[in-house]
Amino acid sequence: MTAELVLQIVLTVAAGLIGVGLFGALSQQSIVMVMMGLELVLNGVLLAGGAAWYFIAPELPDAQMLVVVALVVMAVEMAMGFAVTVAIYRARQVDMVDMATDLRG
Amino acid sequence: MLTDLSGWTIAAVVVLGVLSVAGGIAVFVVDSMARATFALLASFLAVAGVLLAFDLVYLAVVTALMMTIEMAIMAVFMIMFMMNPAGLMPMTMVHNARGSALTGAVAFVVLVVGIWTVDWPIGRTERPEDSTRQLGEAIMGSHMLVMLMIGIGLFATILAGTVLATARGRYDRFGADLAAKRPDDPIPGGLPR
Repeated sequence: MTAELVLQIVLTVAAGLIGVGLFGALSQQSIVMVMMGLELVLNGVLLAGGAAWYFIAPELPDAQMLVVVALVVMAVEMAMGFAVTVAIYRARQVDMVDMATDLRG
Repeated sequence: MLTDLSGWTIAAVVVLGVLSVAGGIAVFVVDSMARATFALLASFLAVAGVLLAFDLVYLAVVTALMMTIEMAIMAVFMIMFMMNPAGLMPMTMVHNARGSALTGAVAFVVLVVGIWTVDWPIGRTERPEDSTRQLGEAIMGSHMLVMLMIGIGLFATILAGTVLATARGRYDRFGADLAAKRPDDPIPGGLPR
């Protein structure tokens, strides 16, 4: 099997994760489920970054750094997401995105 | 150019890839928040397995450990915020499901078209002996700025999380103009009382 084919298969899986995650982040009403959708998108980025490093440029550390950044973004997203969820729930008993429409234009 | 991955490894990568997408889909299909969390964990562990197959040992272990802890914490929050944590009845809480599905499908198709039409620059490049050493040297050398930014970002997250968690800030205690001599506390502190 050629390296390019394996790379394309893995990237297609990553695209699948990004598509499913996007669907979840846009369609879910519960704030925590929205966060799970975003995590799935980042999961796809992890996979694509790893594949890019192995098949395209293993002599450079850049793709590995991208994976590290994506992992950090995941941690920050979850910490801030839960902090905001708890804060808005404490203030107004809101736990669904449809109930928090203050910023709607 | 032929890949240097063995047949078994390629098979494992494909199986783990299918598993990760199946876990991702299960997150939005199952009826319980707790099950959704563990489906997401399965998806993350499958991706960690693929990273392991690509010799990215450190990143695979970090992903597996970090996501296991993260999902354990997430399960607690999920059950806290969910009216149906045990999944004893059907659960669908969606808005604009068709539009969202269409957006997700369009994003997937656009990415797939790109993936299968681009001429990927795969050449015979020198593979490092130890990918972890390569990453460590980059973090401590050529890519230190990235790590500095990550550090500042994480520190800002700690501060912002603390601010959001504080029920009563200084404006509640000292007034909008911070002019009060004594803080307005439910139980006044200090001596003498």
